[in-house]
Amino acid sequence: MGRNTTITPQSAPNRRNTELMMLGFAVLVPVLAYVNIGLAGDGRLPAGLATYGLGLGALAFVAHLVVRKFAPYADPLLLPLATFLNGMGLVLIYRIGLEPTRGRSKALQTAPTQLLWSALGIILFLAIVAFLRDHRILQRYTYTAMAVALVLLVSPIPFPAVNGAKIWISLGPLSFQPGEFTKIIVTVFFAGYLMVKRDALALASRKVVGLYLPRGRDMGPILVAWLLSLLILVAERDLGTSLLFFGVFVVMLYIATERTSWLLFGLGLSAAGAGLVGSIEPHVKSRVHAWLDPLYYYDVPIDKLTVTDSDQLAQALFGYGSGGLLGKGLNQGYPGEIGFAANSDFILTSVGEELGLAGMMAIFMVYGLLIERGLRTALAARDPFGKLLAAGLSVVMALQVFVVAGGVTGLIPLTGMTMPFLAQGGSSVLTNWALVAILIVISHTARRPAAPVEAGQIAAIQNSRGGRRRRNNSDVPNQQLDPADADELAPPTPVHGSPLGDLPDAPANAASGSPDGPNGAPAPPPAGADDATQITARPPAGFAEPAPPDAMTVPGGVPGVPAPPATPPRPAAPPEQSSGSQPGHPPIGDTTGPSGPRGHSQ
Amino acid sequence: MNKPLRKVSIFCLVLVAALMLRANWVQVVKAADYADNPNNNRRVYESYSHPRGDFLVDGKPITGSEDSDSKKYEYVRTYLNGPMYAPVTGFKSQFYGSSFLESVDDSILTGDDDRLFVRRVIDTITGKDRRGGNVALTINGKAQEAAYNSLVSQNKTGAVAAIDPATGKILTLVSTPSFDPGKLSTNDKKVQDQAWKALEQDPAKPSENRAIRTTYAPGSTFKLITAAAALSSGQYANPDAPTNFQSPSRYPNSNKELIDQAGPGKCAGATLKVALEYSCNTVFAGIGTQLGDDAVKKQAEAFGFNDFGKYNYQSPTGVDTKNNMEIPTRVSASLFPSNKDGAATMRASIGQQDVQATPLQMASVVATIANNGKMMQPYLVDSLKSQNMDTIEQTSPKQISEAVSPTVAGQLQDMMQGVVTEGTCKTAQIPGVKVGGKTGTAQRGVNNKDNPYAWFVSYGEVDGKKVAVAVVIEDSNADRDDISGCGSAAPTAVAVMKAVLGK
Repeated sequence: MGRNTTITPQSAPNRRNTELMMLGFAVLVPVLAYVNIGLAGDGRLPAGLATYGLGLGALAFVAHLVVRKFAPYADPLLLPLATFLNGMGLVLIYRIGLEPTRGRSKALQTAPTQLLWSALGIILFLAIVAFLRDHRILQRYTYTAMAVALVLLVSPIPFPAVNGAKIWISLGPLSFQPGEFTKIIVTVFFAGYLMVKRDALALASRKVVGLYLPRGRDMGPILVAWLLSLLILVAERDLGTSLLFFGVFVVMLYIATERTSWLLFGLGLSAAGAGLVGSIEPHVKSRVHAWLDPLYYYDVPIDKLTVTDSDQLAQALFGYGSGGLLGKGLNQGYPGEIGFAANSDFILTSVGEELGLAGMMAIFMVYGLLIERGLRTALAARDPFGKLLAAGLSVVMALQVFVVAGGVTGLIPLTGMTMPFLAQGGSSVLTNWALVAILIVISHTARRPAAPVEAGQIAAIQNSRGGRRRRNNSDVPNQQLDPADADELAPPTPVHGSPLGDLPDAPANAASGSPDGPNGAPAPPPAGADDATQITARPPAGFAEPAPPDAMTVPGGVPGVPAPPATPPRPAAPPEQSSGSQPGHPPIGDTTGPSGPRGHSQ
Repeated sequence: MNKPLRKVSIFCLVLVAALMLRANWVQVVKAADYADNPNNNRRVYESYSHPRGDFLVDGKPITGSEDSDSKKYEYVRTYLNGPMYAPVTGFKSQFYGSSFLESVDDSILTGDDDRLFVRRVIDTITGKDRRGGNVALTINGKAQEAAYNSLVSQNKTGAVAAIDPATGKILTLVSTPSFDPGKLSTNDKKVQDQAWKALEQDPAKPSENRAIRTTYAPGSTFKLITAAAALSSGQYANPDAPTNFQSPSRYPNSNKELIDQAGPGKCAGATLKVALEYSCNTVFAGIGTQLGDDAVKKQAEAFGFNDFGKYNYQSPTGVDTKNNMEIPTRVSASLFPSNKDGAATMRASIGQQDVQATPLQMASVVATIANNGKMMQPYLVDSLKSQNMDTIEQTSPKQISEAVSPTVAGQLQDMMQGVVTEGTCKTAQIPGVKVGGKTGTAQRGVNNKDNPYAWFVSYGEVDGKKVAVAVVIEDSNADRDDISGCGSAAPTAVAVMKAVLGK
C-alpha cells in the first residue's frame, strides 16, 4: 500500500466548480417546478417568480462563495443537495398553500414565512462555515451540550400540547420546537462523551449468555439515555424524537465501541420501551392502530371516534394511490385532503400525489445521497470526534428521514416529525442547515491537503494511531496495513491523498507532546484518561487470550491479507462477526488498544 | 471505527431502500386500491376536473358542464330542462352521489371508460383539453315535453312512459312532481344541503321516479293481460263470442259482490270485446277463475311480470324489487304473486289484490300487443358517443319474448281500438291515427277508502309507425267519483301519441 502519497497535496482539486455546477441544477429544478405550478394553475407564470428564483439563486451562490472561501475542500455535494431539498420544500409549501383545506383556510399559506426561515437557515449555515473553522472546538463543550440538551428537551413540558404532542415552546407569537435544535446538541454531546468513554465501554464487559454486557457503571449512560427517551415519549408524547435520540445514541455507541452487543442491548431496550409506551399511551396507541389498519377510521361509527383517531394516514395513502407512477402533476392533485399537516409532517404525500413514484424515488435518492455524503465525511474524518460527530449527524438525518417518511407512507407507526428541509418549520430548517454546515466543516477538515502549517497539527492529532501502528509494526514485522485503516487515514478520493501516511516526523511530533492544534483542540477530560489507565492496568476477565489489538484490525474477510505471524492464536471465527459473541476475541477496534490511549491523552 | 461506520452506512442504505420499496408498494402495487377507495375524495375531484359529457336528445344536449371557480369541483353539471328530464338523467351531486343515468353511465360521461382510452391519449398528445363522452338518448324531445307539460299544467302527481313498439326505444319517461337536479349540482354546499333536505321532506316525493321505480295496482288495464290469457288458452278463440258470466257476481264463500261500473246491461254475458270496451269486472274475474290463477300468472310473466332477473332473490317478507330489467337504469319489478283463494284470483284478474306494475311495464305490455306479440327490451340509451361524437356503442333492439301469438295480438289490438271507438274512452280518438287504448281505475285502501289511481294505456299507429303509452295519475285532489282513466290520464296519452306521430 502506497499510502496515497503519489499525488501531491498541492495539486488536489477542491471540487468547488463541481459544487457550483450542481448548485445550478439545485436552483434550476425548484424554479422550474415553481413555473410548473403557475402554468398548471391559471396558465400564467407565478407572481414573484423572479424574486423567488433570484433569491434562491443568490442565497445559494453566496453560500457557495463562503464555502469556496472558508471550506474549499468540503464535499461538493452537500450544499447542492441541501439547497435542492430546501428549494423543493419551498415550492411544495407554496403549492400546498394554494389548496383550500378542510376548516383552516389560512393555515397552509406559509410559504413566505418558510422563505424567511430558509434565508435565516442559510445565513446560519454561512456563519457556521465561516466561523467554525475546526469542528473540534465543539468537543470542548461536551458537557455544556449535555446540560443544554437536557434543558431544551424538558422545556416543552410546561407548555400545552399541540396536536397531541408537547414539543413546542410558545413565547408570544413565536413558537419553536426545541427538539429540533437538540438533535445537533445531543449529537455533539454523544460524540464528545463517547470519544472519551469508548475504551471503557468497549473493553470492560462481562459475558452474559454469550453477549458481552458492559459493567454496571458503564451501563449508566445508556440507561440514562434510555430513561430520558422514555421520558420524552411519555411527558411529551413524542415518539419520533424519542426514537431518534435513542437510535442515534445506540448507533454512535456501536461506532465508538464496535461492540454489536451494544446494538442488540439498545435495540432490546428501545423495543421494550416502545412496546410499553405504545400499549399504554392512548396517543401512541391510536397511531399504532392506524399503522396496522390505516383505513380503520372509516369503519368506526362517528360517535365512537375519539379525539386521537385520525384519517390522516388513510388520506395520505389515498394520495399515493391517486398519484401512482408519475403523479398528477404539480398543482393538479389534492393535498389539501390531508388537512393541517399537509405542509409539515405529510409534505411527502404531496410529492407522492403530484410527482408520483418517480418524484418519491428522486427525493429518497437525494436524501440517500445526503446521508451517504455525511457518512463518507465520517469515514474520511481523521479524528475520532469528527468521525463520531459526522456519523452521528448523518444518522440523525437518516433516522429522521426514515421515521417521518416511513410514518407517512405507513411503513412504521406515524410519529410527529418533519422531513428535513422539505417540511414547513423554522426550527427544522435552521437546524438542518446548521447540520449540513457542520458536516461541511468536518468534510473540509478531513479532505483538505495538509498545508505545511497545518501538517503538524493534524499529525499531532493522528499520531497516536500512526505512532501506535508504527510501534505495533515493529512488534509485528510482517504486519501489512489493513485496507480499511488506510481508507480511514486517507480520504476516500485518491486525488487528495493524506500526507499522513508516511510522515517521518509523526513520532517526533508525538514526542513533542503538542496535541493541540492552532485552533486549540481541547485537552481530554481527565476522566477518560483515568478510565483508560485503569483498564490498561486491569484487563477484564473476558480476555482469556488477549491478543494484540492491532491484530484484530485485519478483517478476516479481506482476502490476501496474511495473518500476522507473531500474534498469539487467532480466534476461530472471523473477527468481523459479532465480536462480542466470540470468547477470547478482544472486542476492540483498530484505533484502540489496551495500552494505547489516544492522541489527546498522550 | 471505520468497520462499524461501514455497517452503519449499509444500515442507512437499508433504511432508504426500505422507504423506496414502501413507496413502490403504496404507489404501484396498492395504488388502484387506494385510488378507487370510496373514501378517497380525489376520485370525485378528478371527475370534476374536466367537462362532463352530455346527454343528447334528438342530437341536442340537454345538459351542460360549467367552469366554476372551485378547484375541487371545477366543472359543475348544469341541466337545460332539469325537472322534465330528471327521471331520465337523474342528478350528479358533489356531496350526495348521483342517480339514474348520471350514475349508470358515469364512466362514459367522465371519460374514464376504457373505450374512450384511445381518444383520451390522442387528446393528451395533441394537447386538447380532456372531456367526457356523450350519451345519446332514445327520448323523443317533443313527446317528453308534451307529457311533462300535460301533467304539470294539470298539477297532477303521476308518470308517463312511452315506447316505440317496434324497437323498445323509450320515447318518454316523465314523473311529476319532479325536481331540479341542477340544485343538487351547485358548488354551494349549503344550497345543496337545503335542496336535499327539501327533497327528502317533501310529502309530494318529487325525487321518486314513478315511471320506473314506483309500482301501482294496474287496475282495469290488467284486463288486457287476462284477455290475452283467455285468447291464448283456446277457450276463447273468438273475442266476439258471448260469455256466460253473471253481473254482478259473488265472491266465493262471501256475501260481497263484484259489480260492474257499466252495469249489468252491458256486461252480463258480454263478448270479450265488449267486456274490454266497457271494462267489465265480472267477465274478467270470471275468466281468471275459469282459467285458473296459474294461467293468468303465466301470461303476466310472459309480459314481463315477476321478472327478478339475475338477482333471483325474493326476500322473506315479500318480493325484492331488484329486477334484471335495466334500461340501463334499474326498473322495479312488476308483480303478480300467486293468490291463495278464489276471491283473490278474481281480484287479481282485474288488476287489484297484490298485482303491481310500473308505468313502464304497462307501456311495455301495450307495445308488445301493438308489435304483434313480440316483446322488445325497452331501452333508454340509443348510443354512447365519444368526445367528438363518434359512436362507440350503439344499442340494437332486442326481442325478449313472444308474449302472445300474432293472431291473439291482432285480436287484442282490435279490442283496444273498440275501447276508443265504442267503449270507455272515445275522447282518446285522434283523427288520422289508429288508436287503441284501455282505461283503468285502481281502487286503493280498505273498502276503497283511498283515492284511486287513474290509468290510461294506449297505442297509436300511422302508416306503420307506432307508439305505446302508459299514463298513471295519483289523484288525491280530485273527487273520487270523477276519476276514470279516460278523464284524467287519456289527454296526456293523446298528447304524447300526437307528439310522436307528428299529428
